[in-house]
Amino acid sequence: MASAEEIARAADRKDIRDRWLLSAPALIIILVAATGPLLIVLVYSFLTSAAYGGVEWKFSPEAWVSVFLERDIFDDTLSLADANITIFWRSIKLALMTTVVTLALGFPTAYFMATRSEKTRDLWLFLITIPFWTNLLIRTFAVLQIIRNEGIINTLLMKAGIISAPIQILFTDTAILIGMAYVYLPLMVLPIYASMEKLDFRLVEAGYDLYASRWQVLRRIILPLVKPGVIAGSILVFIPAIGAYVTPSILGGGKNMMISNFIELQFGQAHNWPLGSALAITVMVIVMIALLVYVRNTGAASGERRG
Amino acid sequence: MAKPFSIRHQPGFTAIAALCFFALYLPILVLVVYAFNAASSTAEWGGLSLKWFQSAAQNTQVIDATVRSFQIAATAAVIATIAATMAALATTRTPPYPGLTFKYAAINQPLMVPEIVTAVALLIFFSRIKIFTGYSGLGYLIAAHTAFCIPFAYLPIRARLENMDLTLERAAADLYATPWRAFRRVTLPLLWPGILAGLMLAFVISLDDVVITEFVKSGGQDTLPTYMLGQIRRGITPEINAISTAFLLLSVAIVTLFFFVSRKRD
Amino acid sequence: MNWKTKAGALCVALMASTGLARAEGVLNIYNWGNYTSPDVIKKFEEKYNIKVTITDYDSNDTALAKVRQGGTGFDIAVPSQTFVPIWIKEGLVLETDPSKMENFKNVAPEWANPDFDPGRKYTVPWAWGTIGIVVNTDAYKGPSDTWGIIFNTPDELKGKTNVVPEMNDVLFAATKYVGGEQCTDDKAVLKKVRDTLVAAKPNWIAMEYNTIEKMGAGDFKATSDWNGSALRQRLAHPEIHFFYPKEGYGIWSDNVVVLKEAKNVENAKLFQNFIMDPEVAAGLSAFHRYANGIAGSDKYMPADMKDAPEVVIPADVRSKGELQRLCSPEVQDIYSKIWTELQK
Repeated sequence: MASAEEIARAADRKDIRDRWLLSAPALIIILVAATGPLLIVLVYSFLTSAAYGGVEWKFSPEAWVSVFLERDIFDDTLSLADANITIFWRSIKLALMTTVVTLALGFPTAYFMATRSEKTRDLWLFLITIPFWTNLLIRTFAVLQIIRNEGIINTLLMKAGIISAPIQILFTDTAILIGMAYVYLPLMVLPIYASMEKLDFRLVEAGYDLYASRWQVLRRIILPLVKPGVIAGSILVFIPAIGAYVTPSILGGGKNMMISNFIELQFGQAHNWPLGSALAITVMVIVMIALLVYVRNTGAASGERRG
Repeated sequence: MAKPFSIRHQPGFTAIAALCFFALYLPILVLVVYAFNAASSTAEWGGLSLKWFQSAAQNTQVIDATVRSFQIAATAAVIATIAATMAALATTRTPPYPGLTFKYAAINQPLMVPEIVTAVALLIFFSRIKIFTGYSGLGYLIAAHTAFCIPFAYLPIRARLENMDLTLERAAADLYATPWRAFRRVTLPLLWPGILAGLMLAFVISLDDVVITEFVKSGGQDTLPTYMLGQIRRGITPEINAISTAFLLLSVAIVTLFFFVSRKRD
Repeated sequence: MNWKTKAGALCVALMASTGLARAEGVLNIYNWGNYTSPDVIKKFEEKYNIKVTITDYDSNDTALAKVRQGGTGFDIAVPSQTFVPIWIKEGLVLETDPSKMENFKNVAPEWANPDFDPGRKYTVPWAWGTIGIVVNTDAYKGPSDTWGIIFNTPDELKGKTNVVPEMNDVLFAATKYVGGEQCTDDKAVLKKVRDTLVAAKPNWIAMEYNTIEKMGAGDFKATSDWNGSALRQRLAHPEIHFFYPKEGYGIWSDNVVVLKEAKNVENAKLFQNFIMDPEVAAGLSAFHRYANGIAGSDKYMPADMKDAPEVVIPADVRSKGELQRLCSPEVQDIYSKIWTELQK
């Protein structure tokens, strides 16, 4: 008995070692070219800002204070940093809205693609990615072209007599939302498609045999089965959307910043690298907490289902 | 109901999908149309002309940048997808083991930081290496791109794997297939749509990157996005549309060819 | 599976093709995007048998950050006058002593000994210009030679006015508008500047660099802008005009420096000397559309630039122009804070 247990444990150990080996390349690349260098940012957030960008190697908590509190330029009074809160809130709000919009559009699209005949599915997959083979900047400028005052939408609406003067969409939060939904749509569609593609329609059939409505089938059978894809898609849209930089700066007109633009400002013209670093770490912590809560909740839910 | 009952049908889904495809291609259409614009700005229409194709064909800077973009994206996406597939195999279909949460967090980390921050960190870190080794080639850009592509490739592959049970692989093992054979003949074909989705995402994400590339690039390493970034201040000409259109057509041609060849093989 | 080997081979080929270029007969230029005349570069390449690569940046801050960290592989960069003193002070640029170069005799007297590089020990003029107001006169016919267009926007232009988000330029303009001196550390003036900016912002539609297209397409009806950009706008749309604000306007100048870490120093020096040739300088101007600071280049200038009011400052407003300086770290710090508050 004991020896069998030992063998099992040894097999487990080998399995875990194999799994570490298998994940090593990904972990090493990320450690070297993403996570590791971020330690520099952590250190920078506790240093003094140098006059024209960069840092002086002198400890200072100033950056972290300014993440939460605002010091008036002229009378040195401290107050809650409402600028940071406004910007954080705008970013989170827009990212959430983007996720909802892309999910509402992307789920049916992925479903449509996954229910095509096996031979044409790859074609649909290519069709959805082809628009994204031109880079983000070009696509965003094309969106700008469509929503500007003399753009297609306004021209058509005016020709149809629905509106008499163009609606100002460009340079508003709506423009940012439209742009981000456009840019991030494939990030939602592809993971959902990947998990829906192997959906077993016999289960759906069984559902109908039991007199389930289409809505019930969708909610009770299809959705739980493709949940990993929905989770992956939501993560892939929500997190990059919080950190979006190009779309807000081109479509938002640079007046209403999102968190990335604000951080960029600190590393750029505002010459406050420590503050930029501290803000970046704050974002990372917020996102990581949100991600853990999300994964834990959804993970627990799917665990229940399995059990 | 006049139509036969289809279990695959969901009301409105096809309409939404059609709308999505329309919305996805509308800006691309605009982009292509403006490539034939005679005016010198992408914001105004000045009649039909091929002059921007001519001017793009002579602009070696923009052609080099475009080729470089594809080169980096293809290399980074392939490496990232291979690494991500391995990592996904290592982190799914297993009871929790020590380090699993760490791996999950580490792999997703590049998603969680605004690009500009990674960009600054990489600038500082890579500069040291550049000075130390004297090597300043495209390797740095490829490494940086691979790193932030990994989570994008990983998540769809993982999602696909989570939906696959181990029965078939166990059956293969019972039939004395080596693990590698079982992987190639059983796991890989089942996993393939996930891998393809991950590869596509990684490729597209790499093509899009501006900020990290801007900070990591060395002399003569502009990609199309960083080239465009430099142009915004002084006005972007339809030359960009022309070159994008040309490359779009080229990619579509390659994809179509690939598609038909692979269909024949099947 | 055959395609797999092919894919593998492709990968290897891709990676191999990314190797380092040869280092001889090369010059790596790091410059603002869309700023370097391809014709001039071709001439330079042919004359000296040197292969030139051009890499773009989009802001002084990015360029400084990158060059400061080092290992960039660039030989030449083109920082603005406000940043030149930082580059010199931090030891990023090589003392090539352009004042002793053969073509230096062509440099216009007013640019031969500038404050940002006394005696021209490091820099060679690339372009210079002014920052003023651009208005679409179809949309607004009132007096436009004032920063009031931006800071006290007339009703016709409310929600149609853009500000180019260049911190030092905007703060210079606002300081002039409230009657202060550039780089003043007078807290009362700076407070007025802050209040003026915060009050003006709701009337702006955007804070963007992309003015040429947006003015042309009518998204903006007025903007603060650089003169060369204004020239290009007027040539495409005669109703768009450039105005020199009567409160005082800023003058800027971009300058070619050789980096201390340059690997091709001799080629870089050749380039510095090359662009001080009047005909070459005019070639640069024909592309970037700004004046160049080289005497005698006028006669090679394109016809539409020779008498353009944007390029040749009219005599009556000439005295209002002032070369923008780098302010003291203390003032710069306040600027950053005002700017952050403005942008939130």
